[in-house]
Amino acid sequence: MNGSSTVNKTRTVVPFGPQHPVLPEPVHLDLVIEDERVIEAIPNIGFIHRGLEGLVEKKDFQEMTYVVERTCGICSFQHGMGYVEAVEHIMNVETPDRARHLRTIWSELGRLHSHLLWLGLLADGFGFESLFYECWRIREHILDLHEMTTGGRLIFSVNTVGGVLKDMTPEMLRKILDTLDEVARDVRVVEKTFLYDYTVQSRLKGVGVLTKQQAHDLGCCGPFARASGIACDMRKLGYDAYPYLDFEPITSNDGDSYARCYVRLMEVYQSIDIIRQVIGRIPEGDIAVPVKGFPNGEYFNRVEQPRGEAYYYVKASGKKTLDRLRIRTPTFANLAGLTETLKGAEIGDVPLLILTIDPCISCTER
Amino acid sequence: MAIMNFGKQMLKNLFSKPVTTSYPAEPYPYPERSRGHVVIDIDKCISCTICALNCPSDALSVDRQKGTWTINRFDCIACGYCVTKCPKKCLSMVPGYQEPMGAKSEETYQRPPESMVKPVPKKPTAAKPAAPAAKPAVPVPAASAEETADGTKEEA
Repeated sequence: MNGSSTVNKTRTVVPFGPQHPVLPEPVHLDLVIEDERVIEAIPNIGFIHRGLEGLVEKKDFQEMTYVVERTCGICSFQHGMGYVEAVEHIMNVETPDRARHLRTIWSELGRLHSHLLWLGLLADGFGFESLFYECWRIREHILDLHEMTTGGRLIFSVNTVGGVLKDMTPEMLRKILDTLDEVARDVRVVEKTFLYDYTVQSRLKGVGVLTKQQAHDLGCCGPFARASGIACDMRKLGYDAYPYLDFEPITSNDGDSYARCYVRLMEVYQSIDIIRQVIGRIPEGDIAVPVKGFPNGEYFNRVEQPRGEAYYYVKASGKKTLDRLRIRTPTFANLAGLTETLKGAEIGDVPLLILTIDPCISCTER
Repeated sequence: MAIMNFGKQMLKNLFSKPVTTSYPAEPYPYPERSRGHVVIDIDKCISCTICALNCPSDALSVDRQKGTWTINRFDCIACGYCVTKCPKKCLSMVPGYQEPMGAKSEETYQRPPESMVKPVPKKPTAAKPAAPAAKPAVPVPAASAEETADGTKEEA
């Protein structure tokens, strides 16, 4: 253990993970504790590295779309979209308007199901099983929409360089609107419990505070940073149909676990609102343009995933395969914030605090 | 701030029908677009190998000499890229997920001999059409004789 010389007799090191009931994916933390308080948390990743970025040298750039979107099971559509848009910029492809709107709808549906999944996991984290299942029951409606529109429940495989592969019929758009009404009604019920229930508040309020300055210095992103008062939302960069939509980043100034829960809950309503706006203005037309030749150049693309800002760096040299692909995922940025949040926390709150950054380790290790 | 905020919903859930279904007894209504597994209309296949070359997970293999099309269902990620790439539209994605199998096996489909006589239009190779014309028209069974339950094998 590094820093063992500084550890005095009253301090102990508790290994946390990689296998732990609260962790859906393997991450290891060495918790230096004094009595019941965490003094320091040292993260250790590298349990599920798959080498997906290295595959760019073997697979051609169109095939890579299907590899990139398998980086993560939850934000898979946005991984594929971030990569495809980077390649489109290099090749100077103008994506049809309808494809851009369809991508926005799928992005927001992905955000909806990711946040509902997280809310369920949070409820499970503080031991509220009924609330956990209620959240996942609501999420199931969104997964059914995915399957109806794309054919996959989590992995969509609809992105392609130049547009999207599948169109939505008017009946499907109608069905999405109807389902979203139902989802909004159901979320109202769980919202009351998450935000106003006495027992839930006692577990969340004031736990794991990250100040705005700390969040800024550590480079946090996504709902984790927004809960600390930083209004950073990559959707405001104006990719896809976002420049035509009316929305503002949701922030909170508390910086504790309750604020993170609040931000994600409000983002569920925001996503529903965004999808309604997109469906209201979706234009008719083609969904993809034919692409000729191979990409030559480099581009750096940013998208807002459910967990925060993701970077895609693509470098190509006019060959069938790309030279380099680099993905920086939001969890990687937020791990630094997590270690700061854990300092001074009760050991009983550690599983909950790890959940509040919405960790996606297979994204992080790619 | 309230206590037992969720109680009403809990009582409602307690006395309502479960949202889950008894799956094998009650079949799941797959949507039309559901990407379950790949099937091939082997009569239309021209052994162009485009599907095998473009498969992201290298699950497909095509033998141009023998006229066979082989899929490893365990490697297939059901992305549907081969379906979009197939020039003859003989591949398609159908609903219904792959059923569990006892052993890893491949499924091989054999092109009917009458379709092999025609020269391959995309890349004309002179020696190809004559040799394997006498092959049987039935599908070649997989190595471990495991067959999928969906009955997708085509008759010539």
